[in-house]
Amino acid sequence: MGKTLFDKIWDSHVVHAVKDGPQVVYIDRHFIHEVTSPQAFAGLKNRGIGLFRPEQTIATADHNVPTENQHLPIKDALSKHQVDTLIKNCKEFGVELYGLGHPYQGIVHVIGPELGITQPGMTIVCGDSHTSTHGAFGNIAFGIGTSEVEQVMATQCVLQRKPKTMKIQVDGKLNKGVVSKDIVLYIISKLSASGGTGHFIEFCGSAIEELSMEARMTICNMSIEMGARGGLIAPDQTTFDYIKGRTFAPIGDDWAAKLKEWQELKTDEDAVFDTEYYFKAEEISPMITYGTNPGMGIGIAELIPETNDASSGLAKSLQYMDLQGGSQLIGHQVDYVFIGSCTNSRIEDLRMVAEMVKGKKKADHVQAMIVPGSKQVEEQAKAEGLDVILKEAGFELRQPGCSACLGMNEDKVPKGKYCVSTSNRNFEGRQGPGARTMLASPLTAAAAALTGKITDVREFLKN
Amino acid sequence: MEKFNTLYSKGIPLPVEDIDTDQIIPARFLKAVSREGFGDNLFRDWRYVEGDQPNPDFVLNQPDIEDQILVAGRNFGCGSSREHAAWALYDYGIKVVVSSFFADIFKNNALNNGLLPVQVSEENLKKIFAAIKEDSNVEIEVNLQEQYIKIESIGLKETFEINSYKKYCLLNGFDDIDFLLNKKEEIEQFEKRKNNTKTVSA
Ligand code: SF4
Repeated sequence: MGKTLFDKIWDSHVVHAVKDGPQVVYIDRHFIHEVTSPQAFAGLKNRGIGLFRPEQTIATADHNVPTENQHLPIKDALSKHQVDTLIKNCKEFGVELYGLGHPYQGIVHVIGPELGITQPGMTIVCGDSHTSTHGAFGNIAFGIGTSEVEQVMATQCVLQRKPKTMKIQVDGKLNKGVVSKDIVLYIISKLSASGGTGHFIEFCGSAIEELSMEARMTICNMSIEMGARGGLIAPDQTTFDYIKGRTFAPIGDDWAAKLKEWQELKTDEDAVFDTEYYFKAEEISPMITYGTNPGMGIGIAELIPETNDASSGLAKSLQYMDLQGGSQLIGHQVDYVFIGSCTNSRIEDLRMVAEMVKGKKKADHVQAMIVPGSKQVEEQAKAEGLDVILKEAGFELRQPGCSACLGMNEDKVPKGKYCVSTSNRNFEGRQGPGARTMLASPLTAAAAALTGKITDVREFLKN
Repeated sequence: MEKFNTLYSKGIPLPVEDIDTDQIIPARFLKAVSREGFGDNLFRDWRYVEGDQPNPDFVLNQPDIEDQILVAGRNFGCGSSREHAAWALYDYGIKVVVSSFFADIFKNNALNNGLLPVQVSEENLKKIFAAIKEDSNVEIEVNLQEQYIKIESIGLKETFEINSYKKYCLLNGFDDIDFLLNKKEEIEQFEKRKNNTKTVSA
């Protein structure tokens, strides 16, 4: 029987299998950031050891950082302490840090790919659940806890039980106004926020193959929002073209050798997955969430589901969102628009938004924040003049970081306000206490900013 | 990590079901940069009233509580996956938590941090609570090698499950990192092999 791509990569990284226990899995690349690394560094100090392979760890500051005036000291004392601790630890332990002010700084899942650190066939971990993003390059990438961060630092390995495999195939052509974020929100709405539990997903099918690398990252990024350990997409010419020439990409003979290996990375025809799902691209419309988990999404023109059971999760969510089951979201007032996060803060996202809002103005009552995923994205946007277009449309282009995705810095959505957000989680209070988040694509978010209401971007594109 | 084999201790009764990790350690204590000191804030919002006034009714504030076995109601450790909950219990001095059910992630986090979760039947959990109520000095024995929990004085004995790898780690005072550190040679060999054969990773 053939093997899945996941099995091939996984099996080639198993150093040791514990009988009736977990496996020792070798990790090729380890990303760290200020929030989940301090206790791991402290653990090493207690043991009196250093990093086993410091050159395979890359650090950045992203979760806590301000998105304005990054050249000034961080105001929030606890955040500053976490960022300072990271700087100190990286220095002491010899870890490369792309911290504030560095030209490579940015959200950890944005910088890995754009620097060419993220490559096919690797195992990649980070103390952050959206590490799944890197899987778009045909590797195994997943989030880990702080104890595991310490494991990787100490031994370049992590103890894991092997997950099950799932195939999600999407075939066909996407409709106008529908982008990769809609594909993944659609899949999660069908499978639920726990539909992928215990699995590692391979996304495939003609609709996926046609996507750019950035669009593929958006899909893998949110694979964990259906409960999966991670998601991956087999590498192809699109992948190789993207990596070639990037800062840390292999060059010369090395490139040729790698390319040959990477071209072999696919699931065998006769491989069997534990679970399989099939979707048609034509059936997907622009998506938006109405509830408080990413599975609570609908096509934008559909009605919010109804419930008679006041104690149900749905009822509780609708109460938090102050929305009525059975009603439409189109036309609902929007107060904030957040374009950013490791899901949708790359240059293509910013281009998409700029193209849409060019020569137009946002609605007066809407606060529209655009937070690029990295310093490089920010610079690129400026080089292309996107910053001017966005500014003229009334959007604020900020400095890179996680920002309002999780509201750990001062970028928060106030209590009771509605925010159309391109991020990945609409949990209660995620964007600030009492904030009401509606997840959508950058297109749908931009349309909401312009009209000040939930808007069907397909109508908008007609005009 | 400390070795664990057999523990004799009194029990701290906390007969509440569904104790979630937010109760064990509230979210506002997560911006810390060290693993130590969480014990001070263990059950913070139950232990203290009006900020920092010890709540005399809460079990941890009662005199001569210095015991290492926490006995809690069903579904202990549910909610957010924060590892800090296990850190807080261990930092406080708890070595064993007894309950009739543990949330999955908590159980893992606990075992990773030297804290032994002992799952007993609902019926025996009631008996243990009753025994502590009757005599707060009643001695509980937890034997990891033999995988049982016993209260001699009331004739209670129940075996519990534990994954053999985790058992081995606890008995030897190994955490996952110690276990991995012991595998260093194998890891180095793996790295060499990988470079030779040019397998899939960089
Ligand atoms: S942008 Fe949001 S989801 Fe992504 S790493 Fe930062 S906090 Fe996590």
